[in-house]
Amino acid sequence: MSRVTITTKKAKHVNKFGKLILDDGTVLNGMGFGFSKTVFGEIVFNTGMVGYPETLTDPSYNGQILTLTYPLIGNYGVPDPEIKDNDGISKFFESDKIQVRGLVIHELSLVASHWNLSLTLDEWLYNEKIPGISGIDTRELTKKLRTKGVMMAALVVSDKEIDEKKIEKQLSDAQNYNSEEFMDDVSTHKDEVFGKEQDSVVVIDTGVKNAILRNIRNIGYKVIKVPWNTSIEKILSYNPKGVVISNGPGDPQKCPDTVKTAKSLIEKNIPTLGICLGAQIIGLAGGADTYKLKYGHRGQNKPCVNLENDQVYVTSQNHGYCINPDSIKNSEFDLWFTNADDKTVEGIKHKKQKCIAVQFHPEASPGPNDCKFVFEKLKNLMEEEKSAKK
Amino acid sequence: MYLLPINPEYVESIIEQERPDSLMLGFGGQTALNCGVKLDELGILKKYGIKVLGTQISGIIATEDRQIFKDSMKKCNVPVLKSKTVRTFEEAKQVAKDLCYPVIIRVAYTLGGKGGGVAYNEIELHEIVGRGLTASMIGQILIEEYVGSWKQIEYEVMQDYDSNNVIVCNMENVLSMRVHTGDNIVVAPSQTLDNREYHMLRSAALRATKHVGIVGECNIQFALDTESEKYAAIEINPRLSRSSALASKATGYPIAYLSAKIGIGYSLSELINSITKATTACFEPSLDYIVCKHPRWDFNKFELVNRKLGPTMKSVGEVMAIGRTFEESLQKSIRMLDIGNDGLVLNRANGKKYDEEDIENHLLNHDDYILYYVAAALKKEISVEKISKLSSIDPWFIEKIKNIVDTEKKLKESKLEQSILHQAKKFGFSDKQISRAVQKDESEIRQIRKKAGIVPVVKQIDTLAAEWPAKTNYLYLTYGGDKNDLKVGSEDQGIIVLGAGPYRIGSSVEFDWGTVNMVWGLQENGEKNIVVINCNPETVSTDYDICNRLYFEELTMERILDIQEFENAKGFVTSVGGQTANTLTPQLAKHGINLLGTSAEDVDRAENRSKFSQVLDTLHIKQPKWQAFSNITEAKNFAIDVAYPVIVRPSYVLSGAAMKVVWSQVELKEYVNEATNVSPDHPVVISKFMLNSLEVDVDGVSDGQNIMIGALVEHIESAGVHSGDAMMCIPPWRLNNKIIETITGYTIKIARAFNIKGPFNLQFLIHSDQVYVIELNIRASRSMPFVSKLVKKNLITLAARAVLGKSIPKIPYDHWTKISNYGIKVPQFSFMQLEGADIVLGVEMQSTGEAACFGDSFYDALSKGLISVGYNLPKKGTALITIGGEENKEKLLQAAASLKNLGYKILATEHTAEFFSEKIGEIEIVYKISEPDRKPNIADLLFEGKIDFIINVPSTSTLEKYVGMLYDEYQIRRKSLELGIPVLTTTEIAESFVKTLEWLQNNETSKKPLEPYSSLN
Repeated sequence: MSRVTITTKKAKHVNKFGKLILDDGTVLNGMGFGFSKTVFGEIVFNTGMVGYPETLTDPSYNGQILTLTYPLIGNYGVPDPEIKDNDGISKFFESDKIQVRGLVIHELSLVASHWNLSLTLDEWLYNEKIPGISGIDTRELTKKLRTKGVMMAALVVSDKEIDEKKIEKQLSDAQNYNSEEFMDDVSTHKDEVFGKEQDSVVVIDTGVKNAILRNIRNIGYKVIKVPWNTSIEKILSYNPKGVVISNGPGDPQKCPDTVKTAKSLIEKNIPTLGICLGAQIIGLAGGADTYKLKYGHRGQNKPCVNLENDQVYVTSQNHGYCINPDSIKNSEFDLWFTNADDKTVEGIKHKKQKCIAVQFHPEASPGPNDCKFVFEKLKNLMEEEKSAKK
Repeated sequence: MYLLPINPEYVESIIEQERPDSLMLGFGGQTALNCGVKLDELGILKKYGIKVLGTQISGIIATEDRQIFKDSMKKCNVPVLKSKTVRTFEEAKQVAKDLCYPVIIRVAYTLGGKGGGVAYNEIELHEIVGRGLTASMIGQILIEEYVGSWKQIEYEVMQDYDSNNVIVCNMENVLSMRVHTGDNIVVAPSQTLDNREYHMLRSAALRATKHVGIVGECNIQFALDTESEKYAAIEINPRLSRSSALASKATGYPIAYLSAKIGIGYSLSELINSITKATTACFEPSLDYIVCKHPRWDFNKFELVNRKLGPTMKSVGEVMAIGRTFEESLQKSIRMLDIGNDGLVLNRANGKKYDEEDIENHLLNHDDYILYYVAAALKKEISVEKISKLSSIDPWFIEKIKNIVDTEKKLKESKLEQSILHQAKKFGFSDKQISRAVQKDESEIRQIRKKAGIVPVVKQIDTLAAEWPAKTNYLYLTYGGDKNDLKVGSEDQGIIVLGAGPYRIGSSVEFDWGTVNMVWGLQENGEKNIVVINCNPETVSTDYDICNRLYFEELTMERILDIQEFENAKGFVTSVGGQTANTLTPQLAKHGINLLGTSAEDVDRAENRSKFSQVLDTLHIKQPKWQAFSNITEAKNFAIDVAYPVIVRPSYVLSGAAMKVVWSQVELKEYVNEATNVSPDHPVVISKFMLNSLEVDVDGVSDGQNIMIGALVEHIESAGVHSGDAMMCIPPWRLNNKIIETITGYTIKIARAFNIKGPFNLQFLIHSDQVYVIELNIRASRSMPFVSKLVKKNLITLAARAVLGKSIPKIPYDHWTKISNYGIKVPQFSFMQLEGADIVLGVEMQSTGEAACFGDSFYDALSKGLISVGYNLPKKGTALITIGGEENKEKLLQAAASLKNLGYKILATEHTAEFFSEKIGEIEIVYKISEPDRKPNIADLLFEGKIDFIINVPSTSTLEKYVGMLYDEYQIRRKSLELGIPVLTTTEIAESFVKTLEWLQNNETSKKPLEPYSSLN
C-alpha cells in the first residue's frame, strides 16, 4: 500500500446568524461564517467552478459582494498565504488580501481536504475580517441579478439575531459602488521590483493580479510595479521595454491620470498591453468610450474570437465595464477580439502604434491558460523594438 | 439503415452497394472504431475512395496503440506512466521487475479494459499476460507502473477541424485509479481539485487532443497524485463513449450531435448552444449542481462470479443523479439503481453484521458494496484518515459520507424538528429512510414534511449556471434551493411517461425504445405536453429534446408524487418503462393518479397470480400447475405433489430475479428465503417446470376492442432458458397451424378479458401439443422493437392511440404471417468481464444485450445474428464436443454426423467419443482439464488455438448440475470464453449452429436495408 498524506481541516467559524439584503428589498437568510460584520457593496456573481482563493484575492472585486454560482465551495481549503515564489510574489494568491467585501455561496464544505491546504475557507475569511453566508439559493439570486442587473446589497454576519430594518436603513444610506474610489486601496503606494534582468516591463498597478506579474516574469523580463497615478516621466525613467496597464476594480473613467499616461505611451509608441480595466483605460486614451454592463462578465468559460484568424479561445473574465463597440469606428483602434456570445469588445489593437489590449484575463488564475500567447504578443512588440533599434 | 453485423466483410458489402463518399467511425463505440481501422488496413477505404469524417485513422491509431500513444504524449509535453509494450511473457517478466510490482497489464484494442489486470507478483502476472495477449487484436500488451491510489480525473474534449477546442466537462472518480471508470462512482465536475490542478489537466487535455488530431469528441483520462501536482495521461478514447454520454447529460451540452456537425465540417464557433439558442457552442459549460454517476452491477445473476472491482469493467448499466450537495446526489443515485436500497443508510434490514476486520478487508479490496463499507466503518468509528488510507478514497468524499451517517444518528434521536428534517432532505434522505429512523410510516413523514414547508424545488440544467436566459425543459428536483425555475400553467399540463431507469440485465434499450416511441406517438396524436421521468444517462429518452419536459429523476413513489404535485399532469403512462414503471402502477392508482391505458385493477389481475389463474380458469385456458404459498411445508407438499423440478418465483419481478428451477427440497428451502427477500410485499409462487417444451411469446396491442397481434415469437431453446437469453425467431419454425390458431385464439380472449388498452406480452408453453399460458405482462416487452421492425408496424405507436382511448385500426390477426422475412434475435453475453461467471443459461436472465438480424431464410437470418454477437462461423476446422447425459447425446447425433460430413474434425471426451464413434465413425479422444497428465488434453489444445468451437451441453435437465457444479465442464467453458472460442451450451443452439455452418457452405447471406414502418391504416 502506498502511503498517502492526508490533509484535512474542519471549519471553525460557522453557524452564525447571516442575512443578505438586496437593494430591491429581497431578504435572504442563511448561515453566517467567517468574520462577524456588516458590509455593503455591489453584489455580483461568478460562474467559475474552481479557484475561490484566486478569485477572492483578485483586486477587481474590491467593493463587491461576490456570489459563486457553483454550489459546493471550500472543498479544498486555502493554501498558506505566506508562501512566495522566487521573486517574492505570492505563489497561490492574486494579491495580499481578500478583496471581496463579502462572499455568498450555497454550501460551505465543513471539512476541507487537500495536500496543499493550510486554512479552511471560513478560517481565512475570519482572519481577514470578511463575512460569508451559505445556504443561499445562489441560482435564484443569479437569475435575479441577470434580469434586474447588479445592485447594492448588505451582507450581515453576526453572533446574535440580526435587526433587518436597521440594516435596510443602513443599506439605503451606504455609498453606491458606482461612486466609490478604489485606486487608493488596490494600487501599490511605492514602486516595487521583481527580478533582476536587464530588460524590464513597467506594470501600472490599477489593482494588478499577481498572475500578470508572474506571466511577465515567465516571458523573461524584470517587473517594475508602479502606482496607478505614476507620471509618464517617472515610467520612462525606468527605460522599460514595455508597459502593462493592469486589471482593477470600478469605472475606468475614474482613473483620469492613468488614461493620460496611456495617451503618452501611445504617442511615444512604447509597447503597451492593457488587460481588463487596463484595456478600458487604453480605449479611453485612444478615443473610444466605455459603459457599464448590466451584470458583467465573471467566469472562466467565456468564448472570445480572435478576428485575425477566427480562432476561438475560452477565457477567464471579471469585468463590469466594457469598451463601447460603436465607439471603436471613430477611435484609433481596430477590433481584435470579440465575445462570441454577446459580441462585446474583448480586445483592441492600435491602428499604428505598438499598443494592444484585451478585456479578458490572459494571465488566467483562476481559469483557463489558453491565452498566454497575449504575453508573447507583447514580447514580440518589445523585441521588434529591439531589432529596429539595431 | 441495415441490421447487419459490424465487421469489415459486411461493411464492405454495404459500401459496394451504397457507394458513400464518407464514413464516420466515432459513434459506434469500440466496435465501429475497430472495424474502421480494419477497413483501412484492408485497403477497402482506399479502394472505394472513402473519406473518414472526424478523427482520422492515424489519430485513432495514435490513441489506441499504447506505444504510439505514449510517444505522441511525450511530443506534446504531456507526462505518461512508465511502461513498456511486450509481446511475450518473458518480456513481461523483465519489465515488471524493472518497474517494481505491482504493475498493471493493459490490452490494446479491446472494449472496457477487457483482459487487463493488476499483478502483485509473478504468478498473477503469468495469468493476466496470457489472457491479455489472447484478447488483444494485435497480440500486444502493456506493462505499466500501478498508481491505484492516485485520483482518476477525466476531461471530455470537443475539437473542430480548425483546432478550436473546448472542455465539455471534467469528472472525478470517487474510487480513485483503482477501479475502472465504468465501475466507478463518478462526480462531475471534479470536487477535490483546486484551480491549478483543474487547469493544469485541462491544458494538458487540450494539448494532447490537438496533437493527436481529434476531430469531434474525445475523452481523456488522467491520474493525478494526491500529494503533489504530479500527473500522467492514461488514455484517450477518440470516440463517443459512456463517459461522453454522461458528460452530455451532466452538462446539457449535446456532444454527439455537435460532433456529427463538426465531422461534416462546421467549426465550433459556427454552432449554437442548443439550450440558450443564442450563445455559441464554443464555450465550456458551467454547472451549478453536482452530478453523481453510479454503476449497476447485477452480480447476483451469476453463480461463482467474483464481485471485486478493478481495472476490468463489470457493470451492466448506470444512473445519473443531480443535486446541489454531494450527499443528495449520491443518495438519489442509489435509489435510482432500483436495487431495493433507499439510500446509503437506513435501508431495509438485511441482517448483515460487520466486524472490523471484515470492514477493513473490504475497504482494501473494493467490491460493489464499497460505499456501504465506508459507512459501516464510520459507524464503527474507524477514522476518516484510516478509511482513506485503506480505500484510496479522498477524505473529502468520506467526510461527506460521514455527514450522511451522522444525520442518520441525529434523525434517530430527533423528534423530527424542522431543522433536522430539512437538513436530512438536503442530504438526500428519502421519506422512507426517515420513516425507518423514527419508526413512522412513509406517508406520515410526507405529511409532516409538507406541513413544515419542506418541499423540493424544480431547477433547470442550462449549461451556463443561470448567466444567460435559457428556456430549457431539462429539469431536476433538489432541496438545495428556495424557488422553482419555472411554472407549469394549466395550459401546460400534459401526460407523464415513466421511463425504465437504469440498464440492467433484463431491461435495456428495448424499454427506452418503447418510452421514446410512446412520447412520439402521444405527440402525433395531438398531445402537446409530454413529460418524461427517467434517470439513465445512456438513453435517448433522457435527451431533453425528445419530450416537452424532462425530469432527470428517481422513479420512486416519493419523487413521482413530488413531480405530479408540481405538474398536475392529466395522466400517466406506465406501460412502456418495463417492470420498474409497471410495478408503480397500483401505488400510483392508490394516490388517485389517472393512469392512461389498462386500468390498475386489470394490471393487478394479471400480476397477481391467483387472480390471473381465476381468469384463465373461466376462459378455459390451461397453465402449468402452480400455487402461491407463505409457508415452507405447504410448498414442499406441493412440490412433491407435482414432482420436481419446479420453478420458484415472486410475483412482480422482471427478468427472473430470484426465479429458480428447483430440483430438491433442500434447494427449495434456500430459494424460498431468497425469493421472499426480493419482493416482500408480494406472495411467492411455485409452479411445475415442464421439461422438453417450447416457449412462445406473443407481442400485441389492444384498444379494448381491436387487437393487433404483432407476431408469434418462438424461442429456439426449449423452455427453461429465460426468454431474455433465448434466441428467438419469427415466424415460429416448429409450430403447426393448429397450435398457432390456438395461441391466436387465447391471445384475443385474454386481451379482452383483461380490458387491455395498450401494449401487452403473453408467454406460452407448448408441451405435448398442449398450449399453456405462463404469464401475461400488460406492458411493452423486450421483444417489441424486434417484432415491430420485422412486421413493419410500430406497436408502440399503436399503443399510444390505445392509451389515449382512441381505437386502433383493424389489422388481421395473421398479418404477421404474411411477412416474407425471417427474423432472429440473438442474445449478447458479457461473461468475459465477469471473472469466474459460468456461461450456462438458466431461468435467470444473464444476457446484457442482443442483436437482431433479418433474412430471406431462417439460416440467412441466424448466421448474421450469430456473427453479430461475436460468433466465428468457420468454414472448416475443429470442434470439441462434450455432452452430459444420454438423452442430449442422442439429440445431437445428427449434428455431429453433419459436422463430420462437412469435413470438420471432431474431438470429444471419452464418454462422448465412445457414444459417437459407434454411430458415426472414428472420433479423436481428448482428455479433461482435470486430468492434465493425460494427453492430448483440452487445456493444451485450447491454449494452442487448435479448437475452433465447442459444443458443451451440461446435463442441465438432470439433478447433477444442481447438486454440484461440474467443475471440469465449468473450466472448459470459462477457459474457452477467456480465449474467445465460441461455446454452444444447449442442444438446440448446437443444432442450429451446425445447420448454419452447413447452409453457409453453399449460400451467401443477404444484405438488404431495413424497410420503414408501413402506415398504420
